[in-house]
Amino acid sequence: MAELVNVEYDTLIPNNVGLSKDRRVQKALEKWHPGYINWWNDLIPREFQESLVYLRTTVSVDPKGWAKFDYVKMPEYRWGILLAPEVEGRTIPCGEHMGDLAWQEVPGEYRALLQRLIVIQGDTEPGSVEQQRFLGKTAPSLYDMRNLFQVNVEEGRHLWAMVYLLQKYFGRNGREEADDLLRRSSGSEEAPRMLGAFNEETPDWLSFFMFTYFTDRDGKMQLESLAQSGFDPMSRTCRFMLTEEAHHMFVGETGVGRVIERTCQVMKENGIEDPYDVDKIRALGVIDLPTIQKKLNMHYTLSLDLFGQEVSTNAANAFNAGIKGRYMEHRLTDDHKLTDATYPVTQLENDAIVLKDMPALTAVNMRLRDDYRRDASGGVGRWNKLIAKHGIQFEMVLPHEAFNREIGVFAKKPFDPDGKLLGQTEYDERVGDWLPNKADGDFIASLMVPCTEPGEYAGWISPPKIGIDNKPGDFEYVKLHMA
Amino acid sequence: MQTPAKQHLIDPEICIRCYTCEMNCPIEAITHNDDNVVVDFDICNFCMDCIPVCPTGSIDNWRVVTNPYTLDEQFEWMELPPQEEFAAGAAEETTGLEALDDEISKLLAEAHAGAGGKAKAPASASKASINLHSIGKPAEMVVQGNFRLTDDPNHDVRHIILDAGSLPFPVLEGQSIGIIAPGTNAEGSAHLPRLYSISSPRDGERPNYNNLSLTVKREIDGVCSNYVCDLQKGDKVQVTGPFGSTFLLPSDPDAKLLMICTGTGSAPFRAFTMRRQRVDPDAQNAMTLVFGARTPQSLPYFGPLNKVPDTQLKKHMVFSRIEGQPKRYVQDQLREMEDDIAGLLQDPNGYIYVCGLRAMEEGVEAAMTTIAESFGQQWHAVRDAMREDGRYHVETY
Repeated sequence: MAELVNVEYDTLIPNNVGLSKDRRVQKALEKWHPGYINWWNDLIPREFQESLVYLRTTVSVDPKGWAKFDYVKMPEYRWGILLAPEVEGRTIPCGEHMGDLAWQEVPGEYRALLQRLIVIQGDTEPGSVEQQRFLGKTAPSLYDMRNLFQVNVEEGRHLWAMVYLLQKYFGRNGREEADDLLRRSSGSEEAPRMLGAFNEETPDWLSFFMFTYFTDRDGKMQLESLAQSGFDPMSRTCRFMLTEEAHHMFVGETGVGRVIERTCQVMKENGIEDPYDVDKIRALGVIDLPTIQKKLNMHYTLSLDLFGQEVSTNAANAFNAGIKGRYMEHRLTDDHKLTDATYPVTQLENDAIVLKDMPALTAVNMRLRDDYRRDASGGVGRWNKLIAKHGIQFEMVLPHEAFNREIGVFAKKPFDPDGKLLGQTEYDERVGDWLPNKADGDFIASLMVPCTEPGEYAGWISPPKIGIDNKPGDFEYVKLHMA
Repeated sequence: MQTPAKQHLIDPEICIRCYTCEMNCPIEAITHNDDNVVVDFDICNFCMDCIPVCPTGSIDNWRVVTNPYTLDEQFEWMELPPQEEFAAGAAEETTGLEALDDEISKLLAEAHAGAGGKAKAPASASKASINLHSIGKPAEMVVQGNFRLTDDPNHDVRHIILDAGSLPFPVLEGQSIGIIAPGTNAEGSAHLPRLYSISSPRDGERPNYNNLSLTVKREIDGVCSNYVCDLQKGDKVQVTGPFGSTFLLPSDPDAKLLMICTGTGSAPFRAFTMRRQRVDPDAQNAMTLVFGARTPQSLPYFGPLNKVPDTQLKKHMVFSRIEGQPKRYVQDQLREMEDDIAGLLQDPNGYIYVCGLRAMEEGVEAAMTTIAESFGQQWHAVRDAMREDGRYHVETY
């Protein structure tokens, strides 16, 4: 048992799955490894590959060995295969097989379904790294640069986690899928990433923070659901990934919070009371709150699309099969089978939004999206507290779920952020008030100048309240390689 | 009045509600509502599993309280409440607390975390006084001596003797004191106290003198260690404490001690040994010391230690950097003593103390795991039971 908690470093690939005793999978992974390193090296600008970054690396998956911090060059980061420890006697928590012992091998009848879920999850991981590849060049501080790179290497490791499942449990088919994860590329014409939100570029740091807050939070919810899987290796993989995902949530929430904090502070210092006095605020080199709201609108709505159709038989099948549970399934007190249960789902009837009770089984996506909305609204409330502390009259809000949607019952309908259906012409005229336009993007881009002195921060963002690993304010989180 | 107790809290201003702590808590002591993530005072056993997994640092907050905050109170918080005021020395009697102030409590909690849960004092240990002197009201002590203990230029370890004069400063073996280096840090604020283990017994470095000794290694960039190592006879030093109420010596004369240390981790064991020599000079075969160092020249108290008779203290000194000899670490010695240690683990009078650099924990844990397996037990189960009995103690830094 001990060797399954501690990480094996004797193989090329650090792992706690006994890889050295599994020649077939070890060979497959070692064959995949160079392609991965090439992908990484082609992606991240050279000067950062050579820099020493103060990163967290895992030496064991139990909580105490989990976070060791040290300087590492990113290509030398110990990417590996780490699964949460096996829980003896774990049973399938939901669906028709509920109560049976969890599967240690893929059940034949669910092979295709499971493989598809893993491929979709796996495809998002490198996608986000690709989207964020140039941000290092405009980091507002070494602290933020380090956080970006921590997020990047962990997304890279999450790709490894999914590739391991594919290669270990899905044979030749799985190996091909693993190769395709490196072949597709964010924003590519011929082979884009599978989900829309992962083909949008992340042009600036506010977008990065919004992305980690809203889009990575979708990732968190998906991982939470997959962590409930009756396929035990999947559950264990996702449980461990969740501990890493928390850091991404942290980067997003505190990042947006620090941008808001700085704006409010500069407004107060200059006697500006009106948050809509955009030109005056922008002239001071900070991002006005209405523009931050627009960014929020965009990232939130893009992320809602990731939950898929409100009513979905695929989702019902996955739940019923015990392949994917609900958020916090183990804390829910119903029958975990949803045979007769219903769930209220938003539907569009004659252009009116109505709540309709639908079979809960087919509404699993909707339910997860509702959980997501609740989870996402918490941070928005905390941002509003920051604004209120400065005595500024402004509140960030999550837009209505019908606004700016591409997937589901509201797709392509001209709803405004309050959930009011407009005519297409009126919508087109006003959409620039709700979503960032080119001028907004250009302004934010103009602020993106790098700040690489330890302890210094670009003018549009506040320093963090506490350092990473309790380090002092002027800690050199990245020792930049000066070529 | 209720006895003050230490309470683990989460800072709602910094927490991002990712619930990672809640998922990692092995005993479901952490819960949340729509507003806050909170720790249940009645359940939390200070196992510290939640500390490293927190991405924000908000998890690492502690208060000493007379009435613990309820879950409902914590759910309402927008920010952490301030620490209640306690009169200096209010906790003369035992409270189970290591220190009354937040910073020192945190340091000691981290130092003791290697025992795998909330530390407990041996049942027969004397009751420790804590926090008689705080940052606001430090005790002034006078340096009586500063002696070099090692003969290795890279390992300058000092034996410092401090005299408390007429000030009340009761200490027990195994406790620590805080020393405040003069001057200010880069931000212009006064230095916080650094903790040092007392290396003399309770009745003084010299019996019945109100003095105590410390064992301090000079760290290259260490503000406080350089200050202490450079002290001259007659210098005045600002001291806080004493602190610590669990890493203590059992008074029971039948208690058998295994003391495992590296470097200045020997400080409390010098105190333990001297205490026992003074109160029970005829006791035999009741103390064993496993002491690791790079070389004999860098091992503090090498000379004096060798003069303690083996019947009083069985000594095993292991060295990792002697030319021409294989490197040996404390864990290698522990493995060689498998049978003896297995006996000690199963003996209700057996006590184990580990003190030194944090890096030694891993080796000790591995050796203990093997030893526990030799009699068919899981080390962590044995350790947890011993700790609950006040028989397993770790202090690493």
